[in-house]
Amino acid sequence: MTSHILSWIIFTPLIGAFAVLFVPKNATACIKWIALITTGIVTALTGYALTLFQPAQAGFQMIERGVWIPQFNVQYLLGTDGISFPMVVLTAIISLLACLASFGIKERQKEYYALYLLLETGMMGTFLALDLFLFYVLWEVVLVPMYFLIGIWGGPRREYAAIKFFLYTLAGSLFMLLGILGVYFAATPHTFDMTQLAGMPRGLFFQQIVFMAFFLGFAIKVPIFPFHTWLPDAHVEAPTPISVILAGVLLKMGTYGFFRFSYPLFPEATHWFQPAMAVLAIVGIIYGGFVALAQTDFKKMVAYSSVSHMGFVLLGLAALNADGFRGAMLQMFTHGTITGGLFLLVGVLYDRAHTRDLNGFGGLGVKMPAYAGFLTFFALASLGLPSLSGFVSEFLALLGSYQYSKPVTALSTIGIILAAAYLLYMVQRVLLGKLNPKWAQLPDINLREVLTLVPLMVLILGIGVYPRIILDYMIPTLDALLKTIKVS
Amino acid sequence: MNAIESLKYFIPELVLLGGAFVALTLDFFLKQKKLVGEFALLVIVVALCLAKAPEKPLPLFFGFFHLDALAHFFRYLALAAVGITILISLGYTPLKKRYEGEFYSLFLFMAFALILVAAANNLLMIFLAIEFISLLSYLLVGFLKNDPKSKEAAIKYLLFGSVCSGVMLYGMSLLYGAAGSIELSVIGDTLFFAPFKPLAITAALFFFVGLGFKISMAPFHMWAPDVYEGAPTPVTAFLTVAPKALGFAVLTRVLDSVFWNSQSVWSPVLVILSILTMTIGNITAVSQSNIKRFLAYSSIAQAGYILMGLAVFSILGRGAVLIYLLVYLLTNLGAFTVVLFVGGQTQSDSLDAYAGLSERSPTAAAMLTIFLLSLAGLPPLAGFIGKYYVFAAAIEGKFITLTIFAAINSVIAAYYYFRIIRLMYLTPATGPAFPAPSRSLTVALWALFLGVLALGIFPGFFITRILG
Repeated sequence: MTSHILSWIIFTPLIGAFAVLFVPKNATACIKWIALITTGIVTALTGYALTLFQPAQAGFQMIERGVWIPQFNVQYLLGTDGISFPMVVLTAIISLLACLASFGIKERQKEYYALYLLLETGMMGTFLALDLFLFYVLWEVVLVPMYFLIGIWGGPRREYAAIKFFLYTLAGSLFMLLGILGVYFAATPHTFDMTQLAGMPRGLFFQQIVFMAFFLGFAIKVPIFPFHTWLPDAHVEAPTPISVILAGVLLKMGTYGFFRFSYPLFPEATHWFQPAMAVLAIVGIIYGGFVALAQTDFKKMVAYSSVSHMGFVLLGLAALNADGFRGAMLQMFTHGTITGGLFLLVGVLYDRAHTRDLNGFGGLGVKMPAYAGFLTFFALASLGLPSLSGFVSEFLALLGSYQYSKPVTALSTIGIILAAAYLLYMVQRVLLGKLNPKWAQLPDINLREVLTLVPLMVLILGIGVYPRIILDYMIPTLDALLKTIKVS
Repeated sequence: MNAIESLKYFIPELVLLGGAFVALTLDFFLKQKKLVGEFALLVIVVALCLAKAPEKPLPLFFGFFHLDALAHFFRYLALAAVGITILISLGYTPLKKRYEGEFYSLFLFMAFALILVAAANNLLMIFLAIEFISLLSYLLVGFLKNDPKSKEAAIKYLLFGSVCSGVMLYGMSLLYGAAGSIELSVIGDTLFFAPFKPLAITAALFFFVGLGFKISMAPFHMWAPDVYEGAPTPVTAFLTVAPKALGFAVLTRVLDSVFWNSQSVWSPVLVILSILTMTIGNITAVSQSNIKRFLAYSSIAQAGYILMGLAVFSILGRGAVLIYLLVYLLTNLGAFTVVLFVGGQTQSDSLDAYAGLSERSPTAAAMLTIFLLSLAGLPPLAGFIGKYYVFAAAIEGKFITLTIFAAINSVIAAYYYFRIIRLMYLTPATGPAFPAPSRSLTVALWALFLGVLALGIFPGFFITRILG
């Protein structure tokens, strides 16, 4: 088992999905427990892998290699390093918590949990695949369950949101496929193997073209302005646990793609596109912030705040230096935990009030004191309060970008001010002020919901106070990456 | 090789031919017409078992029947298509009122004709075999002669087909005039000389008309939606895959052995036709409201993707055509099997009949979803392997514009395939649950479903078998 630990992490959810399919439709309790136990096992396996992981080592670890399609030299190649491993941990935790949060779903539960577990297989595989072909296959496996999860269990405009999400991502990934094929045929010998491809020299023009093909795939997923329009729709219409997964994991697949594939494969193009990436980062940060400020729908506000916060990841990526990379990587993790938590909290309120209109609330702090505490905590974490993890990652990203360009950094800090504005304005409208008598009977947050939030808070506080607990895992790999893409 | 020597390599075909006549005779004596169908199925299985791969290309019957790896592959493909079609026809009720026994025997003749096409190696044989298939197709399309739509479809098909065949025949006469031979290889050698180049190009274009009709390539695709809609559903299922596959087989053979020297001219033509075919197919499919028309346009679009492989015509490109045809055969027959089942339950081919299918028949809905996802080319299903193959061939040959068009088309295609999926899963059901499908349908469904999965997950195994 030790030698195939990554395969187990990927395929345990698939086994769980099949188990769910064989349970009668009416045995909902049984189905829920199978799903929860499966995600629990995956988390345990990830924890076990954590003990095997050598943080100080920069290269790929726990590699599994097998021939898949000999005609195209396609391999079943898995491996992890300081870039993908934190993402795997994040996926495991978010999947477990979102599964617990899914217990509120009452319709067509069998289909829900089967698709949910299939989705986890896709996400884990995306982060662990080192063969471009395998990566593409698993990247696409995420799409179909996501379509159904939004389309069946979503809000009123779910069908539109689901197909929009699907088509946007599919369009991007098809161009990525063309890019992958370009890389494949340009390599001698033809291969999809990342461990071999990373060091190969390529012409600048070729790099630019293929970088753009990959960029389309990843940028739509992140999403980077102007490809972000699917995000508010998908986030708002998706059921709460799926919004959590979307914000917590799926968005990271895009930025992970830059770290894992675009940068090491196309170092010269990366430098060439650096200013463009920085500009897109600023646009995302500021635009996302302003739009979030204008929202009256709670969930939409959090969705646009994602656009803004993911802008910081891009900013760190664009900085092309050690601090920037660390900031970007850490921001990917912390954004997953913080925004995941915020979406859970939106869900808690929505389940009780059946509305998300920020202007319709008020004074809930009196009726729901525990909820108020949680919401304040996550809001402060999101706006970057020192000693919480959001501060560390955004600070590092800005530190990195400062070394690259001062105007870029100056403009990006506007995003932090905006974050404070829209989050505090939200807290004010929901928790403070006069109690709207309509909500006088709302019960406070319950134990199950608390359980979904507490692990996230532990992570946020832990990383905020002592970031090295996670940075130590990332730094050797990121430094090695920086060396690979250094252009003399 | 002379006729007597050839016979021993010709056994599967003889079995088919004999089986077809026996089936006709059985039809006189048996009251239970379904038994004729089962007998036909048995004949197909026997032929499948007897078909052996040739060690080296065999020029049977003085070279009229050229049994090589390509022909052998299409032999399997044709038998599989006919076998599955007969299997899904067994419970097809509209057939009960007609001459059901003849229906099966016609399909056995069809299997024979398809193999002839794949192995035809000279102009005469090609033309005769294609006409053989066409005549059988006209008959099968109009088989439900009390159904006006079926009649209309048959007439339309006949008129369109005759014109296109005529044009192709004219192209053939030019080739014969130039080379003085009907042997493909001799013609190919003659056309090698520069003065014949304009003639070669003209003849190639005439071939594109005749065979373009068979593979429903734009702009010769107009017949397809009407014919596919009007024909009995099993026949539609069959027509969307088998004649198309064989059209590609002939096209591959002709381009390979006759027109190889003028590739620089016909390749761009095929690129344009490929883009045209997939775009027209996809854009028109979006607004269809009848499932058979819908799948008709989708199959036109699929032909466009397959044409990509021919347009590139590298080793990878030709491989892509074969792989894609197999993938497409399994997937499209699968989709039509579900259409047949739903049509039998609701007596309707309208898309509305699919509303809430996930509640009325979860298995059928799940299967159709898999088949549609495979048609859309999503991994890890068979359709993805096919699409990957043509994309790879095009990228390798640096046909960048073609791939970009194909990628955009794939997104449009995903949109309309998801229209059906949306109907099945996201729309509430309008009626009670369906009973389980009949045994023959179940067998066909599961076989195709497993085929689609297996090809998607273990493509290496199939590629080795097909391309060596």
